[in-house]
Amino acid sequence: MAAAAPPFSVAASNRVHMSSSPATKAVSAVRTENVRRHYPMGESLIRAVDGVSLTIEPGEFVALLGQSGSGKSTLLNLLAGLDRPTSGSVLVHGRDLAKLSSEELAGYRQNEVGMVFQAFHLIASMTTAENVELPMRFAEVDRTERAQRSRESLERVGLDNRLEHRPSELSGGEQQRVSLARALANKPSLLLADEPTGNLDSRTGEDILNLIRDLSLSLGMTVVMVTHERALAERFAERLIFMADGRLVNEEVRA
Amino acid sequence: MTGYDLVELAVRNLRQSKLRNGLTTIGISVGVASLVAMLSLGVGLQQMATRRLAGSGLFDTVFVTSRQDFRGFDREDDAKTSHPEQAPILDELARQKITKLANVTEVEPEIRVMGEVVSGGETHFGFVAGLPMSARVNEAFDNLQGKFFSTNEADEAILLTDFAKELDPKNPSALIGQGITLRYGERQALPQDPSGRPAIAGEENTANNGDDYGFSVVRKLQKLRVVGLIDSEPYGGMRTVSRGRIFLPVGTTERLNMAQFTDMRSSLRGASTKSYMTLTVRVKDPGKVAAVQDAISQMGFRTFSVLDATKSLRRFFTVLDLFLGIFGSLALAVATLAIINTLVMAVLERRREIGVMKAIGASDQDVKRLFFTEAGAMGFLGGVLGILLGLAIGKGINFGTAIYLTRRQLPAEAVWSMPLWLVGAAIVFSIVVSLVAGLYPAGRAARLDPVETLKYE
Repeated sequence: MAAAAPPFSVAASNRVHMSSSPATKAVSAVRTENVRRHYPMGESLIRAVDGVSLTIEPGEFVALLGQSGSGKSTLLNLLAGLDRPTSGSVLVHGRDLAKLSSEELAGYRQNEVGMVFQAFHLIASMTTAENVELPMRFAEVDRTERAQRSRESLERVGLDNRLEHRPSELSGGEQQRVSLARALANKPSLLLADEPTGNLDSRTGEDILNLIRDLSLSLGMTVVMVTHERALAERFAERLIFMADGRLVNEEVRA
Repeated sequence: MTGYDLVELAVRNLRQSKLRNGLTTIGISVGVASLVAMLSLGVGLQQMATRRLAGSGLFDTVFVTSRQDFRGFDREDDAKTSHPEQAPILDELARQKITKLANVTEVEPEIRVMGEVVSGGETHFGFVAGLPMSARVNEAFDNLQGKFFSTNEADEAILLTDFAKELDPKNPSALIGQGITLRYGERQALPQDPSGRPAIAGEENTANNGDDYGFSVVRKLQKLRVVGLIDSEPYGGMRTVSRGRIFLPVGTTERLNMAQFTDMRSSLRGASTKSYMTLTVRVKDPGKVAAVQDAISQMGFRTFSVLDATKSLRRFFTVLDLFLGIFGSLALAVATLAIINTLVMAVLERRREIGVMKAIGASDQDVKRLFFTEAGAMGFLGGVLGILLGLAIGKGINFGTAIYLTRRQLPAEAVWSMPLWLVGAAIVFSIVVSLVAGLYPAGRAARLDPVETLKYE
């Protein structure tokens, strides 16, 4: 993995350079401005995300860390367009998600975001290939192209020999690979991973993260990963962002 | 999502819980079957009634009489006749004019005379009626033994079976092909004296045409060959005392110049031409009866048809269909609840799946349409199964009534009929009902918050 380091740091230095001159400012992959997500629970108001301003540059691999209930998953869902902020804005490639209609948000999730979950969330009744094809059905991709792209995606995660298997016939690591292949199906520019290693043993977890980092590099994909495993985050992420009580409390730049 | 993908996913989902969705689909099919069975019964009964009425020959017929003659049948109509004495007479000329009207297929006089059949030294009394050749299609000839008249002027007779039994109690059907002798009264001109005047003095003994002063009725004998036997009188309608027992071609009765009691009327009138008491006008189809009736009324004659009876009959069947439809719909209403229940259960079970689909790019509309399609697919399948089940029920009803009717020595008749439009309408209705039932579950699925559903586990 050492060979992958040089282009990574070059990209990082470019970013620093570009953000320093406002006149030629490139569009960030993700930019949130004072974003809040509050919701009532009984009598009290839960401030799950409470004024987060954050910028993530294209191609960056960012880990969101924090205790459970710190608001990291809520923030991820806001980035995914699955949830809407109470106030503030969430800009992905310059587009404010808060201003999109629910149809437009669905289109955004279809084409610009890939999601990976702790529990894999594969559809049990569908084969590996069908699971990977599902997002392309929603994106109305032509049938033959669908099959081809699903095979390609599964090749990337090394599972092209498991096309006709059902999720229950696969190991946890394999299931997470399928879910990763599904996330890649519509060639997203942003990969959001919610505790992707949470249900895996440490070796398999490492394999998955290696895969994610490789894909991020080869496809130029921005990655935001929620995790509570600091050691893994330090090994793979370029930047660590710590959250507590819905706020950003610390930031560490690796690499 | 494209329509094809939608259907494929929907069918796949339905197959995931075969038992539950299968039971719901059967529920729908029972609902559709009961609706279809009820409506088909209505249609069948209506067809049977229409067939009966068309067979009776009353519904394509207009009866025409002169306003000069008998009054009092229709007081309202009488009131409109200000000068009955000036009303036209129903003579040969009028008959020809009516024949030329559009949609009129036949104009025949109503001829009914008293006669006697002489057989084995005994005489048997019976009314003789003239029948037009078109009478062949009348339902009375459904059970004809032997043949119908060969021509409209043939010396042939068809007898009522009851009358034939009078003539030959042991073997009435042996009469077919046999000759009989009919005794009847012939209308004859009065005898003339050498000067050409009627030999019998009348009111004004001046004219030279004997018929001007009346006519004489002379007993005549006519040999006829029996060609057939029937059980009931064609166009019998409500006749009681004067029910015909001996039937001759109407042309023959005219040629024989049989004297009718109504001839009394023309003898009083003193007209030189023969006039008809009643003309029976047959119309191409019952729908044209009103127009023909109008045209004849315009000519100044009194008309009568049973058109009004059909109107109230149609109203009766509309109401009957409505009630049968309501009863039939009850089962479908219950099936609708089953669809709602099944789909609500499916939404609950598939919460996580719906959340995943939304997370990977399904819109609320996609989710809604998916559940809609599932509802529609169950509706379609239920509709098709329901039609088949309905057909089976119908066959059962027809089979049952056929046995019942045959036991009572009545001809079996289909009381149940499923027209093609009903098949199509039932399937469409079943789909529409299922879609309406799917509204709530589909809406609920579409509104599911993906964040909530993915948090599960």
